[in-house]
Amino acid sequence: MPCVADWLNNPFSIVQGIFAQNVPNSDWEKKVTEYFKEKLKENNATNWVPSLNDVPVHYLKPNSLVKFRCMVQDMFDPEFYMGVYETVDPNTNARVLHFGKYRDVAECGPQQEIDLNSSQTITSERQTFYCVPVPGESTWVKEISFVTELVLSYISASQARVSPSTSYTPSRHKRSYEEDEDMDLHPTKQKEQHMGNNLCCGSEIHGCVEPKRLETEASAGHHLTSPNCSPPLDLNFPLPGEKGPACLVKVYESWDSFKVNDVLEVYGILSVDPVLSIVNNDEREGSALDLMECMDTAEEQRVHSPPASLVPRIHVILAQKLQHINPLLPACLNEESKTFVSNFMSELSPVRAELLGFLTHALLGDSLSAEYLILHLISTVYARRDVLPLGKFTLNLSGCPRNSIFTEHIYRIIQQLVPASHRLQMTIESMNRSRLIPHKDYAANRLVSGVLQLASNTSLVIDETQLEQGQLDTTGVHNVTALGNLITWQKVDYDFSYHQMEFPCNINVLITSEGRSLLPSDCQVHLQPQLIPPNMEEYMNSLLTAVLPSVLNKFRIYLSLLRLLDYSISEEVTKAVEEDFVEMRKSDPESVTADDLHRTLLVARFLSLSAGQTTLSRERWLRAKQLEALRKARLQQQKCVNGNEL
Amino acid sequence: MSSPASTPSRRRSKRGRGSNPPTRKCLAQDARSPPSQKRRTDDSTSTEDLQPMPTSPPAETQSPSAADAVFSSPPQFRHSAIPLDFDISSPLTYGTPSSRVEGTPRSGVRGTPVRQRPDLGSVRKARQVDLHSDGPTEDVTTEQSLGQKLVIWGTDVNVASCKEKFQRFLQRFIDPIGKEDEDVGLNLNEPRYMQRLEEINIVGEPFLNVNCDHLRSFDENLYRQLICYPQEVIPTFDMAVNEIFFDRYPDSILEHQIQVRPYNALKTRNMRNLNPEDIDQLITISGMVIRTSQLIPEMQEAFFKCQVCSFTTRVEIDRGRITEPSVCKNCNTTHSMALIHNRSMFSDKQMIKLQESPEDMPSGQTPHTVALFAHNDLVDKVQPGDRVNVTGIYRAVPIRVNPRVSSVKSVYKTHIDVIHYRKTDSKRLYGIDEETEQKMFTEERVKMLKELSKKPDIYERLSSALAPSIYEHEDIKKGILLQLFGGSRKDFTQTGRGNFRAEINILLCGDPGTSKSQLLQYVYNLVPRGQYTSGRGSSAVGLTAYVMKDPETRQLVLQTGALVLSDNGICCIDEFDKMNESTRSVLHEVMEQQTLSIAKAGIICQLNARTSILAAANPIESQWNPKKTTIENIQLPHTLLSRFDLIFLMLDPRDEAYDRRLARHLVSLYYHSEEQMEEEYMDMAVLRDYIAYARGYVAPRLGEEASQALIEAYVDMRKIGSGRGMVSAYPRQLESLIRLAEAHAKVRFSEKVEIVDVEEAKRLHREALKQSATDPRTGIVDISILTTGMSATARKRREELAQALRKLIQSKGKTPTLKYQQLFEDLRAQSDTAITKEMFEEALRALADDDFLTVTGKTVRLL
Repeated sequence: MPCVADWLNNPFSIVQGIFAQNVPNSDWEKKVTEYFKEKLKENNATNWVPSLNDVPVHYLKPNSLVKFRCMVQDMFDPEFYMGVYETVDPNTNARVLHFGKYRDVAECGPQQEIDLNSSQTITSERQTFYCVPVPGESTWVKEISFVTELVLSYISASQARVSPSTSYTPSRHKRSYEEDEDMDLHPTKQKEQHMGNNLCCGSEIHGCVEPKRLETEASAGHHLTSPNCSPPLDLNFPLPGEKGPACLVKVYESWDSFKVNDVLEVYGILSVDPVLSIVNNDEREGSALDLMECMDTAEEQRVHSPPASLVPRIHVILAQKLQHINPLLPACLNEESKTFVSNFMSELSPVRAELLGFLTHALLGDSLSAEYLILHLISTVYARRDVLPLGKFTLNLSGCPRNSIFTEHIYRIIQQLVPASHRLQMTIESMNRSRLIPHKDYAANRLVSGVLQLASNTSLVIDETQLEQGQLDTTGVHNVTALGNLITWQKVDYDFSYHQMEFPCNINVLITSEGRSLLPSDCQVHLQPQLIPPNMEEYMNSLLTAVLPSVLNKFRIYLSLLRLLDYSISEEVTKAVEEDFVEMRKSDPESVTADDLHRTLLVARFLSLSAGQTTLSRERWLRAKQLEALRKARLQQQKCVNGNEL
Repeated sequence: MSSPASTPSRRRSKRGRGSNPPTRKCLAQDARSPPSQKRRTDDSTSTEDLQPMPTSPPAETQSPSAADAVFSSPPQFRHSAIPLDFDISSPLTYGTPSSRVEGTPRSGVRGTPVRQRPDLGSVRKARQVDLHSDGPTEDVTTEQSLGQKLVIWGTDVNVASCKEKFQRFLQRFIDPIGKEDEDVGLNLNEPRYMQRLEEINIVGEPFLNVNCDHLRSFDENLYRQLICYPQEVIPTFDMAVNEIFFDRYPDSILEHQIQVRPYNALKTRNMRNLNPEDIDQLITISGMVIRTSQLIPEMQEAFFKCQVCSFTTRVEIDRGRITEPSVCKNCNTTHSMALIHNRSMFSDKQMIKLQESPEDMPSGQTPHTVALFAHNDLVDKVQPGDRVNVTGIYRAVPIRVNPRVSSVKSVYKTHIDVIHYRKTDSKRLYGIDEETEQKMFTEERVKMLKELSKKPDIYERLSSALAPSIYEHEDIKKGILLQLFGGSRKDFTQTGRGNFRAEINILLCGDPGTSKSQLLQYVYNLVPRGQYTSGRGSSAVGLTAYVMKDPETRQLVLQTGALVLSDNGICCIDEFDKMNESTRSVLHEVMEQQTLSIAKAGIICQLNARTSILAAANPIESQWNPKKTTIENIQLPHTLLSRFDLIFLMLDPRDEAYDRRLARHLVSLYYHSEEQMEEEYMDMAVLRDYIAYARGYVAPRLGEEASQALIEAYVDMRKIGSGRGMVSAYPRQLESLIRLAEAHAKVRFSEKVEIVDVEEAKRLHREALKQSATDPRTGIVDISILTTGMSATARKRREELAQALRKLIQSKGKTPTLKYQQLFEDLRAQSDTAITKEMFEEALRALADDDFLTVTGKTVRLL
C-alpha cells in the first residue's frame, strides 16, 4: 500500500497503478475516485491536503493533491480530451497505452509519438469551471480554517506516525501552533510571513521552490511574466480588491449538478504545467493563417487559457457543494454531526442573550434594533413559490447618523459574525460608475463578474447614508433597479446583451440609511440610540476587543447553524393566527394588510428559530406581534417628528 | 504524413508570407470571381486535362476532391499545360470535366463544374492517409472494378446501393400530410423532391435541401448511414442527385453541380447534449449567433514553383496544413519550391460562435458555446443575434502544444462544419422547415393536453394554476389567462382595414402592495417571449428600436427593444403611470395597429409588434381614492386607456371571510415544503405547454349562435346608457368581447366560439368595467370614463357650471374686463353647491373655448 506521501504528493502514480491494473475495462475511473474517497475519509485526512486558499500556488508541488474552497464564477464549454491514448515509438514500433484524465497535456516520452488515429483512443468529455475564492469571505473564516487544519493535521500526523519530512503541513505548523490562540487578530500579512519562513525549511520537500521566489511573491499577482499580454489579466473577481487564486477547475463527473455561484470544495490534482502558457504565446505570434487559431480571438485565448502560474488548473477527483463555509461547523449536517448540534442547542439561550447584548451595544443601546438584526442575520430563502422567494428578510436600519463612521463599524461587526459579506456604498457616482450586474463579454466569451455575483447567504450591507442628491444616468438606473430586484425577488438578471438571464440568489441585504431607504425592504426599523458615545471609533473598537474569541466563535456558530434548521407551524397555531388576523383587520382595516401578516409571520419564524424552536408557539406569535407593534410605533413617532410623509 | 510536426520552421515561414495583406486581398477577390468567368476558365482547363499527373505523391493521387481546380483558378490558367491530378476511381470525381468536345454548348452533368465541399472535406484525408499506413486495405470502392459487396473503409456504406436508394427516395418520396411553409405551389401528391429539382432548374440555385425526417420515414437505414457517415454519404447523394437532374434537364445551366444539404437531423437538438459520440456525425442544433469572424480565405490547394527550373506543382491542404515539397521533383534541387499565392486556390470560410438558446438552458448555469465553420455560400449568411438551427458535421481536432515538442495537448478543439442554416425567427434562409413549435410536443404530450382540455372545469383549473402564490383575484387571473391565449388573428387587408388585433391588453391598477408586480413577474416567467420592463426605467427607445452604427463595419444596425422582442408574446410593463409622455405615445400604435414605425438615421421601417400588453399602474396618490374615477386616480390619458380590453382594479377587499382565507393561505406558505406545493397545483410546465399548444393549433371562429349572442350583448350595452342620454359602449368594446370569447374558446381547444364563451367574455368584461368604469359620484357603470376620460355626469355638471358663469357675466352688463377673484367669489355666492377653484377654471376654459372670453393673468376679458 502506498504511504500517505504518495497519494498526496504524487497522485498520478496511484492513478497510473489503478489504470495499469484495470486497463481493458473502463471502471478504472470509478476505482480512482473510490480510492481517493477512502483515503480522504481516514483520520481527518482532508486536513492534510494543502489548500489553495491558504498557500500560494508557487509553494505547491505541481501534480500534487490540493483542495480549494471556491465559488463557480463562470462555466466554460465542455471540452473533449483523450481519455485513453496510445503512444508509438517510431523506432521499435512499441505501443503503450496512457490515460489522459486529470491531465492537460498528453504526455509521451522523448522517443515517442502519439498515435492520433489509434483505435484504442477513447475520447471523453469534461467541463471547465472558472472558480474564484468565495467573494467577500471574512478573514476569520480564512484564518480559522487554516488554523484548524494545522491543529488537526498535527494530531493526526502524530497519531499516524508519518515522517514529518514527507509531509508539507506538519513542518509548517510548528510555529503556528503556539500562536493559534491569537491568530484571529493577526493580520494576514503576518500569517504569510510565517508561511514563508516555514516553507523555506520545507522547500527541499517541494523541490521546485527556490527561496528566492519569496521576494517576488508580492508582485507576482500584478505583472505578468509574458511580455505578450500587455494589459494585466483580469482575474474576474466579483468584488473589487479581492485577492487569492482564481482557478480553472476541470470536472469529470456530474457537472450538470453544479450551478453558477455554487460554493464548492474540490479535491484534485494541481496542474501548473508551464507548457500551457507557452501555447498561448506561440499561437498569438502567428495566428494569421493557422486554421485552428483563428477560431478564437486573442481575448478569448487569454481568458480561456491564462498562464498557469496565475490561474492554476485543478483536475477534480472529488467535489462537493458546501451548504455553508463556516469552518466552525461540520461541513454538512448529517448523523455524525448530530451530537455537535444538540450540544450547541443546549446552550443556545445564553448565547442568544449574549449576542443580543453585544449587538445592542453595537447599535448604541437600541435593543429592538438588535433583536431585528439577529432575525435578519439568520434569515435565508428556504423556498420559492413560483416567483416569490420565501424567507428573505431585508432589513432597513433607518435613522443612522449621517457622515459618521457608525455604518462602517456596523459592517465591521457583521463581518466578524458572518462568513461572507460585502459593503456597498451607495453614492451617485458609485451607482453611475460601477457595474453591479455581471455581463457576458462575447469577445472574450466569458461572464464578466459584478458585485452582485455573490454566493448564497452572503451579507450585503448597503450604506445609503452617503447618498446625495444628483442625477443617475442609465447605468445608475440599471444598478438601482438591479438592487431592487435583488431585494424583492432575490434574483439577479445577468446581462447577456441579446437577452437576460435570471439567476436566483440568496443574499441577505441590510440597508443602513438616514430616512426610509429608496430601495424596497421587508422591514424598516428606526434606530433609537440610547447613548451617543463621544468617540465612536474608540467605542466600537473597544466593543470588538472586549469580546472573547471563544464567545465570538459561538456567535458565529449560532448564526450559521440556525439558518440550516427546519421549521413548521401546527394546525392549532394556524387557527390562532387566522383569528388574530381577522380581529386585527376588524379593528383597524386601514393599517393592517396582507403585507403585515406576511411580515409578522416572518418575524415569528425567525424569532422561533433564534430561540432554537422549530415550531411556532402561541407565545412566540404574540412576541412577534409585540415586536412588530413596537417597531411600528417607532416609525409612527418618527413620522410625527419629521412632519413629512415617509 | 502522420507527423505534421516535422515542419515547424517551414510552417512559420509560410505564415509570414501568407499574412501579406495585398496578396491576400487579391486572392480573396479571385476566389469569389463571378460565375461566368469561372465557367470559362473551367472549360479551358477541362479540355486540357489529359492524363493524371504522375509527379504528385501517392496519397494525393488518391485524394478524392481533386477534380475541382475549376472554381477559382485565375484566367491565365487556361494557357498553361498543367494537368489536374484527379482520380477516376474515386466516387467524388463524378462529373469529371474531361470528355467534352469543345464548341458545343456546355450542359449536362459533364459540363457543369463540381464545386468543392469544404464543409465535408478536411478530416477525411487524414483517414485515408491513415489507412495507407495501416495496411493495403482499399479505402474506396469503385463500382466498376470492385463489385457490390465492398464498402467505404470504416463504414458500412456501399456507394452504389446508397446512390440507388437515394435516387429512389428522390423519385418516390411523397409526403401528403407534410405542410411546410415553402410548400406553396408544390403538389403534395407528387414526389416532392422531383418538384424541387424542377425548381432548381428554373431558379438556378444549385442546392437541394433534404429533410432528414423524410429520409428517415422513407429508408431508416439510409438515414442512419447519413447521420453516422455524413462525409461519405453526402457526396454519394450529390452524385445521385446530379445524375437524376441532368438526366431530366440535360440543357440546364447551373453555376456548379447540385449539392445536397440535409437538415433537421434528429440526432441532437440541444448543444448541451453534444458528446464525444457525436464526433464526425451529422447533427442539428439550435442556438443564437453571438459572433462572426471576418471572411477567411482558406487555402485549398497551394501552388509551388521551383525557382530553379520553373517546374510547378500543387499541394493540397491536409488537416489544415500544407506540406511544402522540399525537393523539386524535376531538377532535384532541395528547398527551391516557392509558393505562388495568386495561383493557389482559396475558399471562403467564416468562423461563427453559436451560443445555446436561453430556452434550452438549465437554470443557474451559463450558456455553452460552440464554434461553427461556414464555407463558400454560407459565409455571411447570419448576423450576431440571429437564432439559427444549424445542421452540420461535428469535428474534433487535437491541438498541438508546441510544434517543436511531440507532446499534444490532451484536449481537442471542437467545431461544426456547417452544411445547412435555418434562421428560426425569419422565414427561411436555406430551405424550408416545419415550425419549431411542432417539434415541441410529443404525441403523448398532445394527448395529455387534449385530455386535459376535455375536463369541464379546465378554465377554472388553469386560472387557479396561474400564480398560485397570489391569493384570490380570480377574475383578474382569468383575464390574464385569456390574454395568454389571445384571440384569433383575422386578416382584413383586402377590405382595407389591415389586421385586426388578436392580442388582449390588460391594465391592472390598484393599491401598492397588492401583488401586481408579482403577477407581472409570473406572467413574464411563464411565456416564452415575454419581456418585463418598468415604466420608470424605460425610454421610448428601449421599448421600440434604435439604429446603431456598428463601429467596425460602419453598418447601420437596427437594435430592437422590448416591444419588438415580445412580438407574439407578452410585454409586461410595471409602473405604467411612471412612464413619461413620449414613451407612452409609442404604445398607441402598438396597442391598436400592432406595428411599430421607425424613421431614424435613414432607416424607415415598420416592425411587427404583435404583443399583448400587461401593464400595472399605481394610483397617483399612492392610495386608491374610491371617490375618484379610474382616470383621475391613475392620471393616464383616456386615449391609451380605451385600448385596454380589460382594466382591473386590484383593491384590498375588506371582508372577514376573505381575511380568514388570506391568513390561512399565507400561513401555509410559511411551512409547506416545496414538494407539497408542487403537488397541489398544476405544473407550470404543463400550463406553458397547454398555452403554447392552444396558441399554435387552435384558431376558433365565431359560430352563428355566438355571433347573435355578441350582437345582443353589444346592443344591450348600448342600451344601458342610452336611457340616460349617454353612450355606454363603443365598437372597441365589441371587438374586445369578440377577442375574449375567442380566447375562451381556445381554452377549451374548440374550433368554434359558442354561447358559453360569449357568456364568459361578457361576464369578465362586465366585471372589469364594474371595477374600473364606475362613476364614483353616481355609482353607475359609465364607459365614457374610459373612452373620454370623464363620466357623463361630470361633463354635464361642467356644462351647467359654464352656463351659470356665462349668465353671471352677462348679468353684470357691459363690462369689458372682470377681476378673476371677484368673479370666482360671485359665482360661489350664487351657486348652491360648493365650487372649487378647479371647477371654476374649467368653466372659464369652456367659455374661452366658445370664444366668449379670454383669461389673461388675473383679469377676464370679454370678447
